[in-house]
Amino acid sequence: MCGAVALVTAVPLLFVVGYAVSVGWDEAWRLIVRPRVGELLVNTTELTLGCMLLCAVLGSAAAWLVHRTDLPGRKVWHVLLAAPLAVPAFVTSFGWVSVTGAVEGYGGALLIVTLAYYPLVYLPVAATLRGLDPALEETARSLGLGSWAVFARVVLPQLRPAVLGGALLVGLHLLAEFGALQMLRFPTFTTAIYDQYRSAYDAQAANMLAGVLVACCAVLLFAELRLRGRRRYARLGSGAARIAPPARLGLWSAPALLAVLGVVALALGVPLASLAHWLWVGASTAFPIETLLRTTGTALGLGVMAALVTTACALPVAWLAVRHRGRVASTLERSTYIGNSLPGIVVALALITVSIRFVQPAYQTTGLLLAAYMIMFLPRALVSVRAAIAQAQPVLDDVAHSLGAGTVATLRRVTLPLVAPGVAAGAALVFLAVVTELTATLLLSPTGTHTLATQFWSEVRDVDYGAAAPYAVLMVLISAPATYLLTATARRST
Amino acid sequence: MTGLTIRGLTKNFGAVAALAGVDLDVPARSLTAILGPSGCGKTTLLRLVAGFTTPDAGTIRFGDRLVSEPHTAVPPQRRRIGYVPQEGALFPHLRVADNITFALPRAARRSRDRLAELLDLVELDASTADRYPHELSGGQQQRVALARALAPDPSIVLLDEPFSSLDANLRLSTGRTVAQALHAAGATAILVTHDQDEALSLADQVAVMRAGHLVQVGPPGTVYATPADPAVARFVGDAVLLPAVITGRTARCALGTVTVRDGSADGRAQVLIRPEQIEILDGGPGVPATVGAVTYFGHDATVTMTLQPDGPDITARVTGTRTPHPGSSVHLTVNGPATAFPALASTASS
Repeated sequence: MCGAVALVTAVPLLFVVGYAVSVGWDEAWRLIVRPRVGELLVNTTELTLGCMLLCAVLGSAAAWLVHRTDLPGRKVWHVLLAAPLAVPAFVTSFGWVSVTGAVEGYGGALLIVTLAYYPLVYLPVAATLRGLDPALEETARSLGLGSWAVFARVVLPQLRPAVLGGALLVGLHLLAEFGALQMLRFPTFTTAIYDQYRSAYDAQAANMLAGVLVACCAVLLFAELRLRGRRRYARLGSGAARIAPPARLGLWSAPALLAVLGVVALALGVPLASLAHWLWVGASTAFPIETLLRTTGTALGLGVMAALVTTACALPVAWLAVRHRGRVASTLERSTYIGNSLPGIVVALALITVSIRFVQPAYQTTGLLLAAYMIMFLPRALVSVRAAIAQAQPVLDDVAHSLGAGTVATLRRVTLPLVAPGVAAGAALVFLAVVTELTATLLLSPTGTHTLATQFWSEVRDVDYGAAAPYAVLMVLISAPATYLLTATARRST
Repeated sequence: MTGLTIRGLTKNFGAVAALAGVDLDVPARSLTAILGPSGCGKTTLLRLVAGFTTPDAGTIRFGDRLVSEPHTAVPPQRRRIGYVPQEGALFPHLRVADNITFALPRAARRSRDRLAELLDLVELDASTADRYPHELSGGQQQRVALARALAPDPSIVLLDEPFSSLDANLRLSTGRTVAQALHAAGATAILVTHDQDEALSLADQVAVMRAGHLVQVGPPGTVYATPADPAVARFVGDAVLLPAVITGRTARCALGTVTVRDGSADGRAQVLIRPEQIEILDGGPGVPATVGAVTYFGHDATVTMTLQPDGPDITARVTGTRTPHPGSSVHLTVNGPATAFPALASTASS
């Protein structure tokens, strides 16, 4: 079972490697070493590194202001700063592009993807800041260090895993980003692959570009794995950590408030205001209630099915990883993480090619689409399910047995109640990701199947912003409560 | 409540023999402590009694009922045992009341009588019933774990190092509460521990375990005063072991002539003297010594001394009100009988 799951998740990678091998060195070299590829490589690298750096700075600074200073209204700011997670990047992008054409090109793209992705750094850094033991800072002070020295030598090193981890996640998201960048007319590997495949029908060039993109992902993934391996708990010893007294901003309160307000206005205010505007414009002309309901139904249905399938696949893998630790188990678990770092476009290309060649009937079916979702979002489910299963320690089974509960009763009264919340959270994460997924859905959805995201996309392509807005609003509305809950759990668990 | 009878119990993990033919009788309504260092097999023994694992050979009887022999074992849920693991392992998703009544039939779970009775038994306030485990201190969690184990009137209660995660003060008071509760419930209990103070102070019977064997089983006083061998002597308390020559009921050793227990063989031997048997005098009879380090604990103190003229160093335990000054000259005598062991090729004091 676990082997089958691992095998399915490995399909895209096997495809890319297999393709490169089958094409042969000379042909691969000819396809890769071209001015166009060089240009894409520069664009992609520039944007990815620039955005990672900006997100690291912006996310960390915002986290520090909200969690370690006496900034007024910190609770509200925390929710507002995490909220852009509920707005898909291509919707943020739409919000800006539909208002001004000035954001097209590198500068605009950098601004928009940073605004869309900085919460990925903000949330882990905020969690780490809250979990820091103030005793460490007090000890540093007692050793004669000033405020800045304490920050640089004690706080910053402890934040490093969170900042780096968050930034690497931003990088992986950016390599996979398609919708936002296509809308901003900023060509990267992902958009180029899509164009090659859709417009030029040049599968060979598309596959080769995918290979280079996967190599870029591998660099980030390798960095991430190394970081994950070295990460340690921030706090040793028992007892509850005290909350550190907040730093006084004094005269800096006003500029700090303005800065945070600025970030929220740009990341949340502009896209939402723009959406509201286009909703108003669209509503005055036509409001295709029937299409809206149908696409919403499709998106929700796909989301629920994908959540069920993915969580069902995550359960045995997580069980094996937690209860039967060992090399095989951890290799299986690791291998499933690769899927998440492969861009949706690569997963889609791989599944299309593999299905056409080996399982023709599967091509253009909902099953294939669900398989793509499973490959892409299995790690999200795994993280939650794993943590949940770790909660249900084997000793609790022993105790339940000793108290007269048989296998079934133990499952019903102990294991399930303990595991259920985490499994549900994992399913919710997958659901959320599927409802707003664009790239793989565009390429894989069966003819006639339209989700909120793909319908939105086709309206935007026809430059009918008013007609596109309702779909975007629906996606944000569906994502918002789950995102809020997720940031709330992050708050509790630290 | 029933007693427990174990015969020839053997369990191997791969090539490692965790238990090698253990025999043990636990009388009904008594507490037996299995004492041993980590890795000696004591937890394996407990898990076999509980039925979480099955033995390779040997039998386990609860009273007259055979619960385990190779290839046929009663599953743990039908053995009517109470199990208190390390750290308590309370069900984190259930309140204290639901934890304690977990094993009771559905109707009995609603009635609060049994719950109140059990909370009272483990000396917990009735207000803790509605709390979640994470809201309790470590000692309270252990008491809830015991109440949960006692709730269905088990035939045997098994405690697996239940106090090791508690700090020293709490360990003592929780241990006493637990022992009293077990006694009040008339439970037959096995306590696995590596802490000799815990074993000696709480148990009616101590079974010392080493490398998969039970090396000595007896009342705490017997195990302490007449250990089976020098290693057991050192494990259950501080020990002064000196080479000696025995004639009849006396032994000559570095601390002079001391009496030994009946039945000691004449000739070269090794004698065990407990530090609290050594009396320190300012003058008069006894062996001269020079006081070295004094470690003061308040209620008592340990004094390290060098016997004159040329050693060895020995340690005595004295009450806190009568500590000598470091560097002073004293005389030592031994109170009460020493225990003799066969001589080793090279004997040394400890």
